[in-house]
Amino acid sequence: MSTEIATRGRHKEWKASLTSESVLVRWALIVAALGYLTLFLFVPLAAVFTEALKNGLEGYFVSFADPDALAAIRLSFLTASLAVPLNLTFGIAAAWAIAKFEFVGKQILITLIDIPLAVSPVISGLIYVLLFGAQSWLGPWLAEHDIKIIFALPGIVLATIFVTLPFIARELIPLMQSQGREEEEAALTLGASGWQTFTRVTLPNIKWSLLYGVILCNARAMGEFGAVSVVSGHIRGLTNTMPLHVEILYNEYNAVGAFAVASLLTLLAIVTLVAKTIIERKTAPSQSAHDPAWSTQPGHPA
Amino acid sequence: MSLVLKQPSVLPGFGLTLGFALFYFSLIVLIPLSGLFIKTTTLTWEQFWHTVTEPRAIASYQLTFGASFLGALINGVFGSVVAWVLVRYHFPGRSIVDALVDLPFALPTAVAGIALTAIYSSNGWIGRYLEPLGLKVAFTPLGVLVALTFIGLPFVVRTVQPVLQDLDLEVEEAAVTLGASRWQTFRAVIVPELWPALLTGMAMAFARSVGEYGSVIFIAGNMPLKSEITPLLIMTKLEQYDYAGATALGVVMLVVSFILALMINLIQWWGTARHSAR
Amino acid sequence: MSIQVDHVTKRFGTFTVLNDVSLHAQSGELLALLGPSGCGKTTLLRILAGLERPDQGRILLHGVEVTDQRITDRRVGFVFQHYALFRHMTVTENVSFGLRVLPSAQRPSPDKIQKKVDELLSLVQMRAMADRYPNQLSGGQRQRVALARALAVEPKLLLLDEPFGALDAKVRKELRRWLRRLHDELHITSILVTHDQEEALEAADRVVVLNQGHIEQVGTPDEVYENPATPFVYHFLGDVNVFHGRISHDHTSHKGTSGQDADASGEHEVTFVRPHDLELSLSRTTPTQLEATVRFVITAGSRVRLELASKDSPQIISVELTRERYRELKLSQGDVVFVHPKQLQVFKMPGPSSV
Repeated sequence: MSTEIATRGRHKEWKASLTSESVLVRWALIVAALGYLTLFLFVPLAAVFTEALKNGLEGYFVSFADPDALAAIRLSFLTASLAVPLNLTFGIAAAWAIAKFEFVGKQILITLIDIPLAVSPVISGLIYVLLFGAQSWLGPWLAEHDIKIIFALPGIVLATIFVTLPFIARELIPLMQSQGREEEEAALTLGASGWQTFTRVTLPNIKWSLLYGVILCNARAMGEFGAVSVVSGHIRGLTNTMPLHVEILYNEYNAVGAFAVASLLTLLAIVTLVAKTIIERKTAPSQSAHDPAWSTQPGHPA
Repeated sequence: MSLVLKQPSVLPGFGLTLGFALFYFSLIVLIPLSGLFIKTTTLTWEQFWHTVTEPRAIASYQLTFGASFLGALINGVFGSVVAWVLVRYHFPGRSIVDALVDLPFALPTAVAGIALTAIYSSNGWIGRYLEPLGLKVAFTPLGVLVALTFIGLPFVVRTVQPVLQDLDLEVEEAAVTLGASRWQTFRAVIVPELWPALLTGMAMAFARSVGEYGSVIFIAGNMPLKSEITPLLIMTKLEQYDYAGATALGVVMLVVSFILALMINLIQWWGTARHSAR
Repeated sequence: MSIQVDHVTKRFGTFTVLNDVSLHAQSGELLALLGPSGCGKTTLLRILAGLERPDQGRILLHGVEVTDQRITDRRVGFVFQHYALFRHMTVTENVSFGLRVLPSAQRPSPDKIQKKVDELLSLVQMRAMADRYPNQLSGGQRQRVALARALAVEPKLLLLDEPFGALDAKVRKELRRWLRRLHDELHITSILVTHDQEEALEAADRVVVLNQGHIEQVGTPDEVYENPATPFVYHFLGDVNVFHGRISHDHTSHKGTSGQDADASGEHEVTFVRPHDLELSLSRTTPTQLEATVRFVITAGSRVRLELASKDSPQIISVELTRERYRELKLSQGDVVFVHPKQLQVFKMPGPSSV
């Protein structure tokens, strides 16, 4: 009896080892992976908070009493509150057109939407300076009418919109494509108007990905550095967003101050990662829900 | 509208949504980008060529592309290891590690920049051990490499992970029953499946690193001809009101970005074509 | 509500899906659109619903032209092949949807809506599942909810697109009978699209057989089965033996075209016989019987099927016998039998005979 159990146990071990590497190799890989991640990921993450708290909790909160820091925080929020809704509208419009209709050039549009991701942030800012700056074709006209775009809020918002444009669209397009048009068609046959169909049928089906897209877009909008750096003019208290303020503080050797503001952005990044994990869990199990091949369960009446 | 739409649609809103999307996209992306190319035409060919081939620019290309390439290689190797470990092994905290892999995506580049600088400077957590060994990381090209490796970290992991997850365990079992060792199985069965994803991930890491600015300028020395990346050179020219110079370099970078994006699409297409051929 | 389809043509790119199709459905009848995949039946149904627009032709509902009317105005109930239930709504919310989106002037009170939903759910026997979500239901249950949802807006016309296509055979049979009983109770003009001839013949008042965008035949199930108008209908609605040339017979009724064997216009004649219309005997009784050898006997099922190898040609003949007749003949593999048709139909086919 005992030999039987022993044999079965060894058999299980043997089967498992068929498709896995030796214990030594396994541990070597884990150590390598964790070592690499520690060096390049965990340590930098921890550093933000340890540096911010170098002067203790009091020192941490003092950093936020600085009016320039507060102005920077306000500007970042303002920029995001303008950029995100606009990109949200774009994302929904583009995803609706792409997912629910067949038209010439659809694939080209999908590829085009990824362009801002491929462009260096400095270039993203440069193009707006060339378009609206003092030396541009529009420059004199803008100066005449006292409209400031570069080195002012509009320029910052534009550059931020450019850089974060694809995020919401990229979340929605594949999802809406996989969901098809049938539910919308059904709603129309039942008498719903276009708007009713969108709000009552489409929107609930995409809500989690939409939420994540907005969170991601917001985090990237508040954290954008390179593009905003080009168009901003770095005027303290006026045209500095949080990342730019971090740079200023750091260059003034105010490490604690810089890391304190940086910690806020880091927390935002962590919230984004948490949101992603939660939403991935929410959207994965519903795949089986609309599997048309699923027919009667055995033993249940039809 | 019937010229564009392949079938007259019964779902409403086509004209409205496509029209708005195209309008918005043209306004924000297409027009400004073409503005860059148009501005380039104001330069003569000599001016353009002179700007993009001056020694300072060449040095910046070497640093930017060189460090990006090395960073992509490092990420290619270690990113694959990380993906393997996350998919195949179970250890406490695995899901947290998995979520954190995306940190370089979500973290603002400036924050990454100052954090890495703090760590790798002479009295930083890691820097203090490396200095005595002669490895100065902060304010050197090596620092650029470290920053770009950080930036590119998620790309390889996230492209290789799904492929590993979809691998059919039965194929590996078949190889073993036919007498292959673990290493042979790995080489003959697993690696071929991973190639397209790995190359795609590396190309994406490379493309992202080439344009990277915020996380690099804190840790690089930013010394012209030595530790200056191309985006910084563009920024410097802008600050000196050398719009022509900035534009010329900008066009170079943009063209490189588009070529890279095209290559990535081709690699991905190659990857799926291999699959459907089976 | 009666339906009139008037010379409807529909193209997708260069492919003509419906070619000058006209038909008429009486008020209150259950009409089946039957045909193989790609014959245009689903497209015709969607045109009736307003989900597609015809390139030519008109649609009239109860005498009123609706070709250009929007879907939302048509008051047509549509049941999709894959149910298209709203995945994030409960069964109750799905069924009440059509009532909830009515303009406020026409919308019933929430109590009335709930009452109506309860009525409908009882009708489709889904009352107990009222608070479930679609992904908690089986295929058959989902289909019944889809039907209740379509009925909630009191449509004058009910369109069903292969409603049982995604279900397994037993469930299909049950639901098909249940749908027929439901129709007998409600008397809503209904059009059912299916590729399953058994389904069409069992459930419908009349059957429209479609092939490659045009109508082959319209008639009651009996008519299309007993008197197929074309070889296609013959083939599609059950098994058939095809004999080239005319086979003569005695003691049989003969339907179809009569004509010479060798036709001057370059056509040849083909005889169609159903397997159950072939008589077998163990010895030759008339000079016109076909001699054949038994190749396979399949006894599973309600009838016995035999495959015979014809003596004079390489043809395989399919025969269906009742179990009693099979036992009478005591046939086994290798036996020689003599075959003659009880009933046949002759068609003219273009081109020379391929025998």
